[in-house]
Parts: sequence; structure tokens; C-alpha cells
Amino acid sequence: MASKLLFDGSDWNFETISNTIIACGEIAKELKLNTYKNQIEVITSEQMLDAYASVGLPIMYKHWSFGKRFSKEKDLYKQGKRGLAYEIVINSDPCISYLMEENTACTQTLVIAHAAFGHNHFFKNNYLFRQWTDATSIVDYLIFAKNYIEQCEEKYGEETVRELLDGAHALMMNGIDRAKRPTKLSLTKEKQKQAERQAYLQETVNDLWRTLPKSKKEKVIKDDNIFPPTMQENILYFLEKHSPKLESWEREVLRIVRKLSQYFYPQYQTKVMNEGWASFTHYYIMNRLWETGQINEGSMLEFLQLHTSVLWQPEFDSPYYSGMNPYYLGFEMFHDIKRICTTPTEEDREWFPNIVDKNWIDVCLDAVANYRDESFIRQFLSPTLIRKLKLFIVTDISTADHYTVNAIHDSLGYKIIREQLANSYEIDDWCPQIAVTKADIKGTRELSIRYKRINGRSLNQSWKQVAMYIHKLWGYPVNIETDDGAFLGTVQ
Amino acid sequence: MTDFIVIDRRKNPTGKNLPNRQRFIKHTKKWLSDKIKKSPHGDITDQGDKDIGIPVDGINEPKFDYDYDSGIWDKVLPGNKEFQKGDQIEKDKNNNGTGKGAGHGQSEDDFVFSINREEYLDILFEDLELPDLVKKTEKATTTWQTVRAGFRTWGPPPSIDILRSYKNSLGRRFALAKPLDKKIEDLEAEEETEEIKLEIEELKRKRKFIPWIDPLDIRYRKWDKVAIPNTRAVMFCLMDVSASMGEKEKEIAKRMFLLVYEFLYRKYKKKVQIEFVKHTDEAFLCDEHEFFYGTVSGGTEISSGLRKISDTIREQYPVDSWNLYVVQATDGDNWTTDNIATQDFLLKLLPIVQYYVYCEISDGISKTDFFYEVTLTSVWEIMKNLERKFSSLVTIAIEDVNEVIPKFRDIFLPKKEK
Repeated sequence: MASKLLFDGSDWNFETISNTIIACGEIAKELKLNTYKNQIEVITSEQMLDAYASVGLPIMYKHWSFGKRFSKEKDLYKQGKRGLAYEIVINSDPCISYLMEENTACTQTLVIAHAAFGHNHFFKNNYLFRQWTDATSIVDYLIFAKNYIEQCEEKYGEETVRELLDGAHALMMNGIDRAKRPTKLSLTKEKQKQAERQAYLQETVNDLWRTLPKSKKEKVIKDDNIFPPTMQENILYFLEKHSPKLESWEREVLRIVRKLSQYFYPQYQTKVMNEGWASFTHYYIMNRLWETGQINEGSMLEFLQLHTSVLWQPEFDSPYYSGMNPYYLGFEMFHDIKRICTTPTEEDREWFPNIVDKNWIDVCLDAVANYRDESFIRQFLSPTLIRKLKLFIVTDISTADHYTVNAIHDSLGYKIIREQLANSYEIDDWCPQIAVTKADIKGTRELSIRYKRINGRSLNQSWKQVAMYIHKLWGYPVNIETDDGAFLGTVQ
Repeated sequence: MTDFIVIDRRKNPTGKNLPNRQRFIKHTKKWLSDKIKKSPHGDITDQGDKDIGIPVDGINEPKFDYDYDSGIWDKVLPGNKEFQKGDQIEKDKNNNGTGKGAGHGQSEDDFVFSINREEYLDILFEDLELPDLVKKTEKATTTWQTVRAGFRTWGPPPSIDILRSYKNSLGRRFALAKPLDKKIEDLEAEEETEEIKLEIEELKRKRKFIPWIDPLDIRYRKWDKVAIPNTRAVMFCLMDVSASMGEKEKEIAKRMFLLVYEFLYRKYKKKVQIEFVKHTDEAFLCDEHEFFYGTVSGGTEISSGLRKISDTIREQYPVDSWNLYVVQATDGDNWTTDNIATQDFLLKLLPIVQYYVYCEISDGISKTDFFYEVTLTSVWEIMKNLERKFSSLVTIAIEDVNEVIPKFRDIFLPKKEK
């Protein structure tokens, strides 16, 4: 392929951007990428900070916590302690990626390859995103949410809405059914249902309705049942549907927060894969651009410098260590898959009999489509990579006065390390399982919330504040207990 | 794959986050006010942003999370060097070297963020006010302002409200079902039968009886006159710039006046005039730039400044329609021969002003210091005496730059809150 340079030096204009997208698109075909239509938006660093603060979404309702995030990011940026992310990309159709105007032509190319092709493909193809989010309607839904909350602020006062949102935000991670498949977001359906819901919910909590005589049959069934009949781990949903005190607009606000939580849920679970795949894609595309003479040596060096400044893993005893770097781990794993497919060792043949000698692109695409971090690591983390990262397991028992090394990167340890690393990406490992077990709706209206203890861990003290929020939303006493019978306390 | 669009959003309005920031500042107001109002280290001459620390428990966003110091944690870590399976590592209580989980559950430390000068001053001045500002308003001539006050059914033709009248006409025509021209045209276009002819005639007749606009529809704009209370006020900033005022004293005085200036400008905008007066052994009016940056020097006659103020009041600010305020800053090092004259002028001024702040900048020797005589000047004594007689006079002493903001807040804090 005889090509000429896309750009020379660091300057760029809109023609450069367009040509770069076309060139990246050509190479993306080699990777068989299947993407949403790309919408590339050029923005200023100020606007990037704005987007940052509203959790990476283009439109967001107003809340002080976003102002807090903004202040924090801005100060860090101004002090030079943190550069702005190279990219923000939105899981929408068309897929919106931001390019910052201060970036050099090379950085823009990197961002296009990374976000507009890597992330874009991931959003469109990964099963979690397909199940949990509807890319075509997210922007519309955000507009709806923003306007709705604005109206509420006008009608009921900023302070009232803030308190409600504070409570809902505290329960954001408890606004998902971890074990259940959700229905997708759809604006038209949402709006349709909204009116019905309002009327219906008002009815169900309207005291007048209780005075109507009920058929005996119905009564018997209900009295015998414990409410809710099964544990309800989606606390936001439970409060939205069953709280005796909320007004219909308050239920709608809870619903908005819950829906956003659902939108983000796949991202929490695919951080390693998503970033890994985007990095893998940009690495491939940049190298191909270089090979085909479309970027020059200077740009290539600049790219490598950018690449290595993000994709590295500090060791556990380094002052820079703050957990596994998802970019690095994911990137290395996809690279490792390519290696296993193309030049397998005896060990790889033993560990990965079903992918050796297969087309590496197909294997990678299959992984992107059908796995999340936890299953991806459980399936594809190879002994080679464990050795490269020199992974080991340290067991920390809070009552002991020492840590114990439980496994290292040797033949005895590979499987244990792989399992353990996979486990640590299970949502239960970093976010406690909390569920509503009982709501005494016929009597005292007390609500019981249960924490499922794993590995003997306790909740940290902030549970008291969260319980306070639940209490505010529920309106009656809230009991917090653990599944092994410990009673943590009551908020009333 | 060539399906894409590139959009230049750089011209889009920035500051999308401003409402969020305002909400954040509002949310943290309690802590912010505390910090700002109690901190003596504020510096309003600094144009840049200010770092303000907020106690984290006020603004944290709680969620259910693990206590990372409890239970069992199996951590997968990179970079093993010498460890073998079964090795035991002493826990170092001061060192969290092994990190927490897989990078999850980061804890929030103290939250420090910066607010800009505007936000800072707004909070600093928020609860302050000029005392007794309304005292003279009833005496002053009231001005009248005409304001819109809805509609009425009668009035002069020029005040007909066309839109409102047209709305009424439209409603009336709908209500009376005035036949539309189009309907008649449509009928006329049809075949001419007797029936249709009759119908057309009926419609035309109806149309004639329902006028397009009726006197009933007409609405006139109504205007009311509203009395605007006249709260005219003037603030005299009187600064001693004589030779005895050292750099430090001048710095303190300027900071004081800068606060006064910013405070009046922010809270009262154009309602309060500010007159700057500098004095040595003679006094002159000047503009703000000259006041803050100009250099003159000489001996000290406080009475010269007071005379200048009295003259200006006589010439420009009739006592019966202006609220008068004075803030004076001096080191109190007056020529003793001038003290009598000073007192005389004060006796004339104090009964007519709303509020007189005498701010003495002393040389920094603590007045309670065991080894030194009380270093108060004779002017201070005069002032203290007068303060007992006149409630409008307040005397303060400032020794250090750090006292400026707290003392300033004291002066302008409404009395009930003191």
C-alpha cells in the first residue's frame, strides 16, 4: 500500500482529522472491527473538564457532587498533577468521542484509534453492553433526565431535590439486579410508562384505597406472604416501587438514578477488557500506519512515548502502585492471546488447546463479544503473563499480625493466581451485597436491610449514613443486619 | 468505515459546570463560611484563586463499602521478587504498602479545592451591611417609577395592547363560531344547488354579525406609579499618608480600604458613592487609583482631613438627603497642636453621620505587653471619649495585617449578630 503521510509535525486541521479517521477505518477492517457510526467532537480543555465532571456523559442533570468532581479535577490539572485523559468516549449510537484541541496530530490519531475504533467496537459488540444498554437512546434519555430534574427543582426547590439525589446517589451501586437481566433503556417507552406509573403508584400508596373492602381471597394470600416475597437486592428499585412516603416525582427521580446506574454497570465489569481492547486496537492501528508510511518516525516515537506512559504496571512495592492498571493488564492479555494463537509454546498448547493455531483476530473478537473482566481473566490469563507480571497472592487476615504469601508465579500457583485475580473482579469482591429482606408493610412498616458477609468482612462506618438515606426515602425505621445474625443498628 | 462526522464544538459555551459548582459551593457554605470568616490569613489583594480545605465528612458521598481492615483479603499483586509460597510478612502498621484490594475502595482524604476571588468575597461580605442605612430615607424626596400593572378595559388609544386585544378577539370569534372565509369559498366552488346557496347566505349573514374585532376585545395597558425609596449614601474613606505612616501601616490601611471598597461595590453597587480623601497636614479628594497607588508625604493634621470631609458634605451631600459614613485609618500620630481642632471637627461631624469608624493602626507593640507603656495616642483617647457619647462612632485598633479581615467583619456585622 503506497500512501503518503497523513500529517507532518504536530499541527492538524479538520481535513487531517477526516483523513486520519478514514485511514484508521481502513486498518480497522483488517481487525474486522464492527463499529457504530463515529461522531468526533473537537473540544477545548475546559469542555473536557466539564465532561469529566459529569462522569463522562455529554449531558447530565445538575448536582453538587459533579461540581465537587469538577473542582477536584480542575485543581489537579492546574497544578500539573494530572493530565487530562486522552479520551472520553460515550457508549451511544452514533458513538461520540472527544478530541481536545490542544492535542498534537499524533495524539489525535491515537485517540481516534483508541476511542472511535477500539471502544466503539467494544460497546457495540460486548454482550453486557448489548444486554444492559441501548446506545441509540442514551443521549435522549439523558436530556429527558436533565429536564425532568430541572423541572423538579423549579417545582419543589433545589434543596429538596438535592436531598433526594444525595440519597439516590448513595444507593447507586444498590440500584442494579446483579443476578438478573435488565430491560434496556428506551426513551419512548419510558415516557409512555411514566404517566401510567405516576397514576398507578399514587393509587397504591393512597390511603383511601385501603378503606375499600377487599376480597377475602386476596387478603388471605397477602397476609401469609412475607413482603417482599424474595430478597430484593435492587434497593433503589424497591424504594421506588414500594416506599410508603415518596411522591410520584420522587419515585421518578430514583428511577432516573437507577437507570443511569444500569447504564454504567457494564463499564464497571469490563474495565480491563474495554481499556485493554481499545489499547490493543490503537497499538495495532498506529503500528500499521507506521508500516504503511502514513505517519513518520517522529510521530511514531511520540506515540510510543504516550503509549508507555499509560500502559505500565508499577510493582506492588513502588510508590506509584495503586492496584492493577486495567489498561496494561487488558492490553497484555489481548497481546498474549495473539501470541498464543500464532506462536504457541508447549505450555500454551496444554493450557489453551482450544485457541492455539486459530486465527488470533477471531479469538480476540470472540473474547470481546462474550466475556467480562472476571470471566476473561479466568479464561485467558496465561502462565506466561503471570510470570511476566510476577504475580503473587498475599493473604491478609485482619486478626493476624502478618501477611501470608499464598501463591507465587510457579506451576503450583498459576491456577490459584488466575482464579484469585478473576475473583477480585467479581462485583461482590469490591462492592458489598446488600438486600432488602423484609418490609413490614402491614404493621410497623419497618424495613430490614441485610448485608451478606463474605470472608468475614465488615461494612465500613459509612453504612450509617447510607442507612440514614434509606430511612429518609422509606420514611419508617430501617434495620441493618448481617446474614450471620449480627444486628448492626436501627435508624429511625 | 468511512461513515463518520467531525464536529467542532469549541465554540460551544463552556462553563457547563457552573450550576454544579454553584450547588457545590452552596452545599459547602457552612464550612466555607466558617473557614473564610474565621481565617485571618485571607488576602483580598491576591487576585488568584484561594485554596480552601473542607472537612471531608461534610461533603463525602457515602455508599455501602467494606471495611478494608476487617476479614480476609486475598490480594493478587505484581512484581514478586524474593517471596516463596508460605512466606510470612510482618504487618507494618504505618505502611499500607500492599495496597487495598485490586485498586478499589479508594478512601477520600481531606478535600482541598480553590475558589476564585469573586466567590471568596461574596462569602466574606455575605452577612455584612452598612448600619442605619434607612434612617434618612423618609426625609429624602421620594422618586416615582411607573411600572406595568396588568390590563384594563379603558384608556387612551396609544396604550392599546395589540396582542392581548387580538387574543380576546380570536377567542370571541371561536366561541361564537364565526364562519371561516375558506369554508364559504369552498362552498362557492361547489355546484350551485339551492341548498348550498342558502347555506352560503346564512354563513355570510353570520359573518357580518360577528365582527373581526369588537370594542369588547380591546385591552389597555395599565401603569402604576411606585415610590422608590431613596437610599442615597456616601462613604468617605479618609487615609492618613503622613510620614509617620510606615510601609506596614500603609499596607494595613490600604487593605482596610480595599475591603471597604469591594464591600460597598459588591453589596450596594451604585447606591453608595465613595469619596476618597487623603491627608497629611493638608487633605485632598482623589480618585481610587490615586488613593491606592499615589505617593505623597508630609506632617500630620487629622483636622485637615475632617475639614475636607465637612466641606465636601456641605457642597455636595446635603445632610437631610444623604446617609453619611466615614472610615478613617491613621496611626494616630497627630500633631498635638491639632488635637483640639480635630475634636472640634469631630463634634460637628459625629451628630450628622450614620457611622464613623476610627481605625488606629498601631506599631505592633502589644498593648498588654508587660514591659511597655500603653502606646495609645492622644487621638485614641479623644476618640474613646467621644465613643461614649456618640453611638455612631466605633474605634478599633489594628496591629497586624492578619487582623484586618476579622476587624473589618466586626465593624460591618449587623449589631444584633454581634
